[in-house]
Amino acid sequence: MKYLRRIPIHLIIVIGAITMILPFIWMLSTSFKTPQATFIPPNFFELRPTWIPDEVILTNYVEAWHEVPFPRYFLNTIIMAGCIVAGVLVTSSLAAYAFAKFDFWGRETIFVFFLSMMIVPQAVYLVPSFIILSGLGWVDTYLALIVPWLAQIFSIFLLRQQFRTIPDDYYDAALIDGCSRLGFLWRVLVPLSKPTLITIGLFALLGSWNTFIWPLIMTNSDKLRPIQVGLSYFAQEQGTEYGLMMAAATFCVTPVIIIYFIAQRQVIESYAKSGIKG
Amino acid sequence: MDEAKRPQQSDRRLSRKPGKVRKFLYAMAYIAPAAVIIIVFRVIPIVAAFGVSFFYVMMGKIVGFSGLAQYGMLLSDSEFWLSLLNTTYFVIWTVPVSLFLSLIIAILLNQKIRALGVYRTIYFLPVVTSLVAVAIVWKWIYHPRLGLLNSFVGSLGIDPLMWLEEPKGVFSMLAASAGIAWPKWLGGPSLALVAIIITNLWRGLGYNIIIFLAGLQNIPVEYYEAARIDGAGRVQTFWKITWPLISPTTFYVVIMTTIVSFQVFTLVYLMTGSPVGGPLGTTKVLVYYIFEKGFESGGDMGYASCVALVLFVIVLSLTLFQRKVIEKRVHYS
Repeated sequence: MKYLRRIPIHLIIVIGAITMILPFIWMLSTSFKTPQATFIPPNFFELRPTWIPDEVILTNYVEAWHEVPFPRYFLNTIIMAGCIVAGVLVTSSLAAYAFAKFDFWGRETIFVFFLSMMIVPQAVYLVPSFIILSGLGWVDTYLALIVPWLAQIFSIFLLRQQFRTIPDDYYDAALIDGCSRLGFLWRVLVPLSKPTLITIGLFALLGSWNTFIWPLIMTNSDKLRPIQVGLSYFAQEQGTEYGLMMAAATFCVTPVIIIYFIAQRQVIESYAKSGIKG
Repeated sequence: MDEAKRPQQSDRRLSRKPGKVRKFLYAMAYIAPAAVIIIVFRVIPIVAAFGVSFFYVMMGKIVGFSGLAQYGMLLSDSEFWLSLLNTTYFVIWTVPVSLFLSLIIAILLNQKIRALGVYRTIYFLPVVTSLVAVAIVWKWIYHPRLGLLNSFVGSLGIDPLMWLEEPKGVFSMLAASAGIAWPKWLGGPSLALVAIIITNLWRGLGYNIIIFLAGLQNIPVEYYEAARIDGAGRVQTFWKITWPLISPTTFYVVIMTTIVSFQVFTLVYLMTGSPVGGPLGTTKVLVYYIFEKGFESGGDMGYASCVALVLFVIVLSLTLFQRKVIEKRVHYS
């Protein structure tokens, strides 16, 4: 009886989960289809050939990889993501440390002022940022892709919250024992804050892997464009090579999905934590 | 924290009384790497956006002072009003539907269900997927002839729809299929815009579910046990316990979804085509209009900034308004 009552619950959850995952399966399925097979209207409730192609091919992946310079785009994204992750961890740790443990004039005011910047839509500062970057001569360089993202306000906020949970007594004791202030950050705060640092690193990594509008505007040569901009060519193209499009989409999302599956607990908990500030 | 009060032998730096200025400069050394970037790439551009909205700009060059004239031009700019209307449609459909669906699924997932982890992983998967890939895949799903969705609705006995290419309002379409005469101005968002709303809901649902799940798990189990002993039914338990206690989370989800939805851009930019914002401008949204003015047609960055600041004022006032009105009714346990 109790089991029967739970059937509708499971049904809703399962239908929802199927809705979430079907677009991915459809993407994969199409990516293995021959051009001819993609031109047959699908039948949603038919396993073959709609979901499992009669003829499985891999050439879509090979062709999509070379249709636009994806190797270069991947390299660019990896360089960009690597620098941003490392940079954000350093700048956030330093700033969060000062905001959490130092006592100085204007501490709260400056912090709240920075936080208030988060509510401003990107559309507001996109145009002037472009002007500033052109003024610096950075448009279409790695600097334009990396430097503006080396500090992230939300990361400072998260890390400051974390640092504040570590008692000030530790700080006082460490300084009395002759530990330098930077040493306290490195030897005590950082090791005690690993989960939050992982959260920040993950946000920076996912953010720079998936970023699109910024590099679209700030770069214009293939040498610098990251993968999402490369992938967007397939979206705008009025072409009919659906197999290629889905293959390109597949290999652009796969790295993130692999990271997600490996670190799913951390990823989900990071996002859950991000909502607590409400 | 006040080191000056303690006698120190081991550290000479601390034995001196650090003055206010010294302390400030010392802290600044730590904050500077982040602060310089935030100031140069956030604060200054935001101030500049205000500034440039008072000037006429052509091809990225300032050509004259406009004062408030460009803001005045907004009032008679039908394209601006159209994109504001479309954005509003987008927000008022996205927020309640996302709230409703994510709360239901979070509550169901919170019923000590088996394989919770697997479901959580699946629901959250679209959130980490790039919007560009999402746009490409959903565009394919919405394909009028070869798309998966038309095959599905076909099996429900619905004629194939044009989805992203359909400029007709969804209410008009429903009324037409029921044979009712319907006023054009009540047509509602175009099916194309609704298609983008659906894709956006699909992408963002997992985030709200996770936030709600975290909120639900904070409600003490004892409350539910007490309610059960008192003989409260499911519906009553929801309205008397879950809903009030989850309200801070609901509040957060509503605000965040609203703010993010007002800024929709990438899906519209990539899913609608030739020209973007089509068909017939029914998917043109504010941020795309800003992008179009500022970068695509003639680099009119002054006017683009005006529109951007209107967007900012909307987002800001909604945040403040919701904070004021809703927070009064929010229960904090």
